[in-house]
Parts: sequence; structure tokens; C-alpha cells
Amino acid sequence: MDGILGKKIGMTQVFDEAGNVVPVTVVEAGPCVITQIKTAAKEGYAAVQVGFGQVKELNKPMKGHLKEAKVRHLREFWVAKPEELKIGQEIKVDMFNPGDVVTISGTSIGKGFAGTIKRHHHHRGPMSHGSKSHRITGSIGAGTTPGRVFKGRGMAGHMGAAKVTQKNVRVVSIDAAKNLILLSGAVPGKSGNLISILRTAAAQPAAAKKEEKQAEQAK
Amino acid sequence: MKMIDEMEKAQLKDVPKFKVGDTVKVFSKIIEGGKERVQGFEGIVIKRQGGSSRETFTVRKLVQGVGVERTFLVHSPRIDHITIQRSGKVRRAKLYYLRKRIGSSATKVEEEKQVEATQPAKESA
Repeated sequence: MDGILGKKIGMTQVFDEAGNVVPVTVVEAGPCVITQIKTAAKEGYAAVQVGFGQVKELNKPMKGHLKEAKVRHLREFWVAKPEELKIGQEIKVDMFNPGDVVTISGTSIGKGFAGTIKRHHHHRGPMSHGSKSHRITGSIGAGTTPGRVFKGRGMAGHMGAAKVTQKNVRVVSIDAAKNLILLSGAVPGKSGNLISILRTAAAQPAAAKKEEKQAEQAK
Repeated sequence: MKMIDEMEKAQLKDVPKFKVGDTVKVFSKIIEGGKERVQGFEGIVIKRQGGSSRETFTVRKLVQGVGVERTFLVHSPRIDHITIQRSGKVRRAKLYYLRKRIGSSATKVEEEKQVEATQPAKESA
């Protein structure tokens, strides 16, 4: 099992062994419970459904699915060997170690209906000298040729509140007693948001190599 | 937030109480050629910024007439210890005005224990 769900608590900074300051995001991860196991034979793909968070009362359809597990959030993780896992099994944060590389995803902060400057990093127009084109959308293309607006043209619209995935996030430390995991740097979304943390298996060899290189350089 | 406060509290060191205007000597650990030694940096504290384990302070001194400022983390494990050489009496939280001063006035901050100032620090052109 390589994934866990958590709640973003907020950001702070910690000192590492060398005395450097590391900016970290604190995530309260788990304990999660396996609520369903999906197999290639039955569902067509191998995955586990994981529950996290607490609710006071489940409604009837959810009670039928979850039985006793009163969890708020359900997410799926793909696994290679679902037969090794069983329903009701607990997932705890101590499956990660400091130095692990993980992929995290969450919902970014919603910005509402945003203009092109905020949404696509366009430049603004002149603010004075008679100009009225302060923050307006500029030209969206040429004239008769091509006679249409190209696909992918950046325009104003809804921004944020979308799923954002970050790869190669380093685990700084673990507090198994408090179910806390410290991730290096920022994490998408506001404090209190649901975050899924997945071990980046493919990224691990690269990270190990990098550490080896750093160790060599230190020598 | 409570969890973060607890985490930050756990990182606090026992640091002597000093404030802006004090002259302090900061002994920081430096790794040089694989060896660790302690280096001192003496000057006036011109600001303290941030709170809890994130707090920093800036020390200013003059080296051959050139101002040198260094910012340290109050609770950094790289700081061996801090000694207070002289406590100063100032009316500002940030002593940025010292940057404009040249010569002796740039290092003059009143001694705290004096009841009345004998000679206020002169503004040199």
C-alpha cells in the first residue's frame, strides 16, 4: 500500500540536521481504512478504495457500502497486488520515512472568474497617458488571415478550485503518534483541505542517486 | 494552528533576553574544511522580526567604515551562544536610521541604565 489521505494543517519551518531551515507543510495523514478492494477480474482494474475523516451518521446507501467504517472522504489508489490487502485494514502515516519522495494532489484555492492577467500571466496595458486598456484582454489574433481565433487562446474565465498534482515532494519528517507528516514546500489548497499522498515509486531511484551525489560532493 | 504552535514551541532554544539596541556578540558554528569552529560577530541589534521558532534578528557593525549586517535565526542550532555586551535604550523597534549614519554616531546607542541622556547621538551630514 503506497497511498494515504490527509488534511492540510498549515505551513511552518523546521531545522534539519545541518541547521538549515526547511519550509514545510504539516499534513494530518490518516489513519485511513480500506473500504473496498477492486480487482481486474471484477471491476476491470486493480485498486483500493480508502476512507478518511469522521462523520457522525452515515446515510443508508453509505451504510450499506461502508458497514461500520464512519468515514467522510473516499478516494481510490491503484495498487499492483490487491490480493495482499483486505477490507478494514488500517493505513497509517508510519509507512513513509523521512527522505521519501511522494506525489501529492489536492484542490487548489478558487480564484473565481479571473481575467487574463491573473489567469494566463498576460501583461497589462498602460495605466495613464489617456490609455483605457488597463487590464483588458489584448488582441486575440490577426484579421482576415486566418479569419478565426486559434484554439488555446488564453481568455478570462474560472480559475482555481481544480485538482492540482505535485510530483517529487520530499517527506521531511513523520510524527507517527500524532499522525503528522511534514512535506517540503507548499501543498495545493487551503488549510483543512483533503490531500492525497502517494509514494512516487519511479522517482525514488533518481532521488537516491541525487543523495549519493550530494554525499560524494560533501566528501 | 494548535498543532503548528506545538511544533514550533518544541524547536525553541533557551536564548538570553536581548532587544533592539543592545550590543551583542553572536557565536555561530562554522564548518570549514571538514572542521567545525565557532566564530563571533559583534554589533548592534537593529531589528527582531517574526515570532516563535521563526524569529530572526539582524546585527549591524562597522568594518573599516563599511556597514556590515548579518541576520541570524534566534533559535538556530548553528548558533553556539549569544552574549549581551551592552544594553541600549532606543525609541524605535527597527534601527534602520543607523544605516544613514557615518562614523562614530553610527555605533552610538545610549546605554540603558542612564536616567537622562548626557549627549544625544549627533546626526552627521
